[in-house]
Amino acid sequence: MRMTKLLITMAGIVGLALVATSLERRTAGAQQPQTSGGSDRLVVQLCDGETKLEIAEARAGEILPPEKAREVARRMMAAYAEQQAKQVSKWTARDRLTWEREQKRVIEEGYKLFHDWKALGGTIGISCDMCHPDAAATHPETYPKFQTQLKRVAALRDMINWCIENPMKGKPLSPDDPRMIALEAYITSERKGVPLDPGKH
Amino acid sequence: MWPLKWKKREQEYRRQREEFFEAVKRLNRRDFLKVAGLSAAVFTAKTVVPPHSFQVVDVVRAEPQEKPLFRFAYISDTHLYERELNERFVNAALRAVRDVNALNPPPDFVLFGGDLAQLGQPKELELGKQILSELKVPVKMMVGEHDWFLDMGEKWRELFGPENYSFDHKGVHFIVLMSVNEKDFWTERGMTPMERMLTVAQLDNPLQSRFEVGEEGREWLRRDLAKVSKDTPIIIFSHSPLYKYYRPWNFWTEDAEAIHEMLFPFKSVTVIHGHTHQLLTHRIQNIHFHGMLATAWPWPYAPEGLPKLTVPMERPDPFDEADGTGWGSVDVHRDGYVDKHYSLWSRNPITVAKAYLESWGKEAIPPAPEFPPY
Repeated sequence: MRMTKLLITMAGIVGLALVATSLERRTAGAQQPQTSGGSDRLVVQLCDGETKLEIAEARAGEILPPEKAREVARRMMAAYAEQQAKQVSKWTARDRLTWEREQKRVIEEGYKLFHDWKALGGTIGISCDMCHPDAAATHPETYPKFQTQLKRVAALRDMINWCIENPMKGKPLSPDDPRMIALEAYITSERKGVPLDPGKH
Repeated sequence: MWPLKWKKREQEYRRQREEFFEAVKRLNRRDFLKVAGLSAAVFTAKTVVPPHSFQVVDVVRAEPQEKPLFRFAYISDTHLYERELNERFVNAALRAVRDVNALNPPPDFVLFGGDLAQLGQPKELELGKQILSELKVPVKMMVGEHDWFLDMGEKWRELFGPENYSFDHKGVHFIVLMSVNEKDFWTERGMTPMERMLTVAQLDNPLQSRFEVGEEGREWLRRDLAKVSKDTPIIIFSHSPLYKYYRPWNFWTEDAEAIHEMLFPFKSVTVIHGHTHQLLTHRIQNIHFHGMLATAWPWPYAPEGLPKLTVPMERPDPFDEADGTGWGSVDVHRDGYVDKHYSLWSRNPITVAKAYLESWGKEAIPPAPEFPPY
């Protein structure tokens, strides 16, 4: 997320530089100055693609001298800074949408793997859902806990891999395998709201 | 790596455990002390770990008030794939056949509780027929949804006959009732027969319809019951539980109430059903309901709707592929009500006695699990 943020800021600065340059050169670009309905004032747009700034002392289409163009750029930066100061959360609606969509996508991927022995590398026709309809009896909220049969404290993913290797006769997944993460996402989503109780037997 | 000493101890423990379960299968009064001694040895071998449920600490058997009229056995939910794909389910089915054949005295007949095949393929059904043909006593066949929805019962009927039928045995009227019909969900979706089969075979697939006996089946039942006097004990075999337990998994029969209405006038009615792969006990007025174990795998209990009279089985150990599975037998009494025996392969056998249901759960209470379902 921090990286994205940095990129947006950099893009903003580059954008502003472009605006300034384009104003000087009278060329059209992505940040092309616009006129707003009826008014002949110069209107520039901030790099969020929404906020517009009217420059009172410049006309639309006017060729700005470097001094004036730099002043416009300064005002745009100020408007951006003001916007930043007003925003309480650093996360935007777009971020929230991304979270939701990605979560849903990974849960759905997990659901598919959970119900498809071939996709998960099983070899004898047994899929997870055959013993765990709706991920029942997986109780992810009880891990990590001591697993008598493994003789150690095990995580949910250890149990997932155990099931892949034994009843399903497949090959275990690496812990960072996207399929493992998808399975965890689906299994835990089915127990959403159940209080965490690690160690429960 | 574990020290060799521990490994040896573990091997010894496994060997003794195996021996114990072999012995417990043939348990009678004379052998009881021997087995109890064995289980104590297993306990000693385990040292640190607290006692497991398979240790025979005490056997309390209520003396039956009267000798049962007869006994039949059941095998259910074998879910066979072809042997080349999956040997485990084939071996489990064969094990049940061997166990039933070892019953002494032999049961009067064996009920097969449905879901012989996993995906209704002719080869799966034929393999099932071949395995069941090893049984020494007659077999009464019942169909399950896994046998049905590939070709809508065509192969089944060819191999085993009609899906609804009845017969009389020692004064009891037995009815085998096809209860896993579904309203057409496949035509409008343009599903192939295999897509339809896979949809029904997935317990948690919400696309399918709910199980029902259906109008035709109810009409057949009405006509069959009309021939029977109200004093005649009735035992019904159905694949789905003939009541409403948990809708999302089709632990459910949509037209259950209509069926109950037809059965209320009778003096004694017992329903033995498959599909749920677990210990299940229920009573509605004069109707006693008992579930059957699967040989293939146990289902978890549903998150809600468990009948109050059910004392659930302890959750199965996933590391023991036979745990939570098995077969069973049914002792039928003169009045038609039954003692239902669950012969769990990796646990002590459990009996749900007629007295337990007759007393609405006050007497002859089956043992409660130490670790109930989550």
